[in-house]
Amino acid sequence: MTYGLGLAKSFWVTLRRLAITYWEDIRFLGRRYRPENLPYRQSAKGRGVMTVQYPKERMTLPENYRQFPFLLEEPGADGIRCVACGICAQVCPPQCIWVERATDSQTGKPLRKPSAFYIDVSMCMSCGLCAEFCPSDAIKMDHDYEIAAYQRSFLWGLDRLVRPLDHHAQIHPKAHSAEQAERRRKAAQAKDG
Amino acid sequence: MSEGAPEVKVSRSTSELHSLLSERFSGAVRPAEHEGLVVAADRLVDVANYLRDDHGYSYLACVTGVDYPEPASGHPARFEVVYHACRSEGEPIVLRVHADRADPVVPSLVPVWPAAGFQEREVWDLVGVRFDGHPDLRRILLWEGFDGHPLRKDWHEAYYEADQKPFPSRYPEGKPAAAEEGTPWKRNLRLPPGWSVKGWQPEDEAVYGTLDEEEGGNGRVAGTDRVVINMGPQHPSTHGVLRLVALLDGETIKELRPVLGYLHRCHEKIGERNTWLGNMPYTDRLDYITSMANNFGYALAVEKLLDIDVPERAHYIRVIMAELTRVINHMVSIGFVCNDLGNYFTGMLYALQERELILDLFEMTAGSRMMCNYYRFGGVARDVPEGFVPMAKELVNERLPRRIDELETFAVGNDIFRARTMGVGVLPADVAVAYGCTGPLLRASGVPYDVRRADPYSIYDTFDWDVVVRYEGDVMDRVMVRFGELRQSLRILKQALERLPAGPIDSGKKRHNVKVPEGEAYGRIEHPKGELGFFLVSDGGRNPYRYHVRAPSFVNLGVLGYLARGQKIADIVAILGSIDITLGEVDR
Repeated sequence: MTYGLGLAKSFWVTLRRLAITYWEDIRFLGRRYRPENLPYRQSAKGRGVMTVQYPKERMTLPENYRQFPFLLEEPGADGIRCVACGICAQVCPPQCIWVERATDSQTGKPLRKPSAFYIDVSMCMSCGLCAEFCPSDAIKMDHDYEIAAYQRSFLWGLDRLVRPLDHHAQIHPKAHSAEQAERRRKAAQAKDG
Repeated sequence: MSEGAPEVKVSRSTSELHSLLSERFSGAVRPAEHEGLVVAADRLVDVANYLRDDHGYSYLACVTGVDYPEPASGHPARFEVVYHACRSEGEPIVLRVHADRADPVVPSLVPVWPAAGFQEREVWDLVGVRFDGHPDLRRILLWEGFDGHPLRKDWHEAYYEADQKPFPSRYPEGKPAAAEEGTPWKRNLRLPPGWSVKGWQPEDEAVYGTLDEEEGGNGRVAGTDRVVINMGPQHPSTHGVLRLVALLDGETIKELRPVLGYLHRCHEKIGERNTWLGNMPYTDRLDYITSMANNFGYALAVEKLLDIDVPERAHYIRVIMAELTRVINHMVSIGFVCNDLGNYFTGMLYALQERELILDLFEMTAGSRMMCNYYRFGGVARDVPEGFVPMAKELVNERLPRRIDELETFAVGNDIFRARTMGVGVLPADVAVAYGCTGPLLRASGVPYDVRRADPYSIYDTFDWDVVVRYEGDVMDRVMVRFGELRQSLRILKQALERLPAGPIDSGKKRHNVKVPEGEAYGRIEHPKGELGFFLVSDGGRNPYRYHVRAPSFVNLGVLGYLARGQKIADIVAILGSIDITLGEVDR
């Protein structure tokens, strides 16, 4: 009796979806796929297909996005912020971080900087615990998700891991300004005390 | 428990039950060191029967084994098999049985609770305790030729470095070694001594041997051929690397055995090497559709041991994330049922589209779309960013209700979908409970059991929501329960987003090497697929002594053999889809 009505309703859903997609194209007069309309297409308000034409267009990454750690380098003579405390190597769940603490060649005492720092990114699961627990804001999570490579060596040393502070400020603007304010406050405190 | 039920001496509390048991089984039952009772192996089946029949413990939640190789505190070296049984509300009761370490044998509880079937096989496979009277005691996750039982404390993997992380080689003299250098070819697996591929009987034979061949003879019954077919492990409809060995009579299934373990990655062994915190990102990878819910279960279990409180705001954020995860899981699950019935990817992509928007919320908060690693002991990793609440409200109030209605019209309204799902794969309530099924699978069979209600955790008792239940127990009802739960999740989300309080999101200072006091805990949550439990044993150190995952997909899959009997081979795909499994969680 009513057999077929449900089928028609079901197909109506598909047809409506198809129609909306074309209607959206018409409504935007061919400008739907311009970069300025990407946020709309990807939002909860967006209608029609939400495909991103990667790699022609890319989604904006949220600040918290994480993909592989990197080490921060201060401009000037300060060099990298890392003090070789080893917390990142201890907290790392798959144990893919190796830190070699530098020693003073004269006295043999350990120094507060690493002489070598390695991350095996083939093991790294980008969980972000190293960055979360770093006491000196020296290790941060990168936004670089295009990681296909021709070679099989995924052991990244200092040469590959260190990136300038500007990079951090660029990809993590909010976290960076909060950190800088905190550092200035601590420095002022140290001066006063 | 209804008012009219005949009054038997039903215990109201676990401690009362303990005294009742000690009275009735005097000499065979004594209080355990941490929690629950130690039962003498020869009386175990009696105790289990008594609990099931007289006290309503009809549902066996979790079976696992713990290895104690060193004699300690008056005990000889032993294996301890731990059972968690539940009734319609309240905490589980914990039973423990000790087994001699040289020749560990424990009576099987399959006759009492068929739910023990898969789980006892897992204990045999990983811990090496034999279950006397188990109808089909074979390895379940590892291959038949595997050497040893990996969850014994004296079993070391081929690339063994140390018992516990952090490994001393990482700091301060970190000399790196690439992963493949540590595990060279031919040394990266352990084989039994003297093992050779020549003359070895592959596991297939063992599986086929368990199939029921009642008629025998020439294999011909009523003119149809008996055929054994293998569906999977590479099959698009098994939702991953699951293999189903089916004995067919024509097109009807006489007998079906799921073969598991193709995605086994020693989750529990790794978990015992890891630090407590280090396990958190690993739980993401159990059921990779619902990583937030997995985090939740693990965080709750460890918090039980740590005995710490979670601030109000963190509770709300946790519930919001867990319920968003439920929305994702149920939509994807319904989409997959559409897919399995031949509705090639249309319904699936409608569901995935909404999932993408929820994953955007996860990404902006946790930093990753799927592997969230967001919960911490005593709170969450970071606060929700600006823009989260408006977007979540837009989704929950405006978009998702419409899309759920649309998906319902599309899938359930469709006559073909109805014809394929109604009356197919009927699971009666008593069977569902006996096999330990939980989640939508159980609630579609008319059992309104939801851990959020039965044994409330976090702040679920402060929200206004209903347990969804349906009574036919067929594929259609499982889909309908999921639709109902989607709407209930949105109800919870609306309230949570409205009432989200300000305040801290973490209880005190974060510690990377948290030490957990000695003890045991079983933390369970209502995961979208069923009851997800984490059984943890701590020896007071920085690493779990035992880390067991009671995976809902794994236990729910145990009932597939029952459901498949007498069904057509084409319907197996729909039934499997309606159970809703993720192989990452089944095989661990």
